[in-house]
Amino acid sequence: MGYRVVVDFDLCESNARCMEAAPEVFEVRDDDFLYVLDETPPDELRPKVDEAVRRCPKAAISVVEE
Amino acid sequence: MTSPARGLRSVVVAGASLAGLRAVEELRARGVDGSVTVIGDEPHAPYDRPPLSKQFLAGEWPLDRIALAVAADGGLDALDIDWRLGVRASGLDVEGRRVLLGDGDEVAYDGLVIATGASPRELPGTGDLAGVHTLRTLDDCLAVRAGLDAGARRVVVVGAGFIGSEVAATCRTLGCDVTILEALPVPLGRALGDEMGAVMGELHRDNGVDLRLGVGVAAIEGDGRVERVRLADGSVVEADLVVVGIGVTPNTGWLEGSGLALDDGVVCDATTWVAPGVVAAGDVARWPSHRFAELMRVEHWDNAIAMGEHAARRLVAEHTPGAQPEPYDPVPWFWSDQYDRKIQLAGRSSAADEVRVVDGSTDERRFVALYRRGDRLAGVLSMNRPRPLVSFRRLVERGASWDEALAEAAS
Repeated sequence: MGYRVVVDFDLCESNARCMEAAPEVFEVRDDDFLYVLDETPPDELRPKVDEAVRRCPKAAISVVEE
Repeated sequence: MTSPARGLRSVVVAGASLAGLRAVEELRARGVDGSVTVIGDEPHAPYDRPPLSKQFLAGEWPLDRIALAVAADGGLDALDIDWRLGVRASGLDVEGRRVLLGDGDEVAYDGLVIATGASPRELPGTGDLAGVHTLRTLDDCLAVRAGLDAGARRVVVVGAGFIGSEVAATCRTLGCDVTILEALPVPLGRALGDEMGAVMGELHRDNGVDLRLGVGVAAIEGDGRVERVRLADGSVVEADLVVVGIGVTPNTGWLEGSGLALDDGVVCDATTWVAPGVVAAGDVARWPSHRFAELMRVEHWDNAIAMGEHAARRLVAEHTPGAQPEPYDPVPWFWSDQYDRKIQLAGRSSAADEVRVVDGSTDERRFVALYRRGDRLAGVLSMNRPRPLVSFRRLVERGASWDEALAEAAS
């Protein structure tokens, strides 16, 4: 049982709060766009990913269990 | 998962908005499995306020889109909250550990989270004129929207703070004629400093807003419904709809006489602790920041989350043998969306000795500006430039010097 990180890029406005919470997974680059570095991060990063979900002002990030 | 905190069998959260809900999530995540009662004066389940001056006000988002989501499996229901909505907390017995409710009931607690937020200031003497609004709650927003839907074309915004600025931007985008009346000579001067505040003023003018600075409101007039705003200089602005955004007052009235320290908010220690069994979070809470050497009260979304979570952990720590309470000392961050611009500020902009644009330019409305206090980097502001804000925010986080910040800017 893993999980997948899904970003709705229509909602994302590169606030970069996710990058603060989980820099291993989310990166806003110098072009000001968000890149997901790892769509299926290891379980030990799950608390950080959940924090990123909570801290996104646009509720653009979700986690799908698979 | 940590073991459930012993002795924390019942928690009461006064305030059913962002800080309160995130506190409950954190309590449950930490294994607190006793009763949690959430008291909210509004009848609604927790919802997200930022869209009320933006997408929801514009009619772009439906109601279900602003419900506050819960990350845990099972969502809101899994938090097993005893909701007391539509009733306000009216008093607090600190020694007896109980919260009194407006309907005469009371709720006992082992731990209390004060998260009652803030209420908009009203313009004195505006009376009961229809078409004059403040904007804080969902019901406020629905009332403003109803006015717009009924054909209001001439919108007057009193106060050029963030709420006023966002309402002005949204109404312009909807095609209304918008006038902003600001008593101070610069919009957002207190929040961003005069130099950057002036840039925000230009942004409104770029977008066709009639921005009037340094003008007081003498009266809002009309026959039952607002018709015009009379200014202190005698001039008159015709209005179909008036939105007053002149700041908020922390909701501490219910704590009068409780013995808690109230001073522009409920005063916490550096760990969000207020009194035995009592913590506070969000707009209502004021705490000493070691990092910025000031008593802070922050009225922003991100702080409500972080402080709500911290306050929950503080309660748990109190009931966990050997746990050391940690200070709450964040670098505040907020954003504002106006027109097609995204504004973000991290750190502190008040009491700055210097403001310097280090990336882009204010003329192109795409830039990064740094705030200096003494020889330290105190804050960073960006407009449509989110990435550098992250780097500079980290520098603020670790107390970087101004020279380090300038070196980062040059790299």
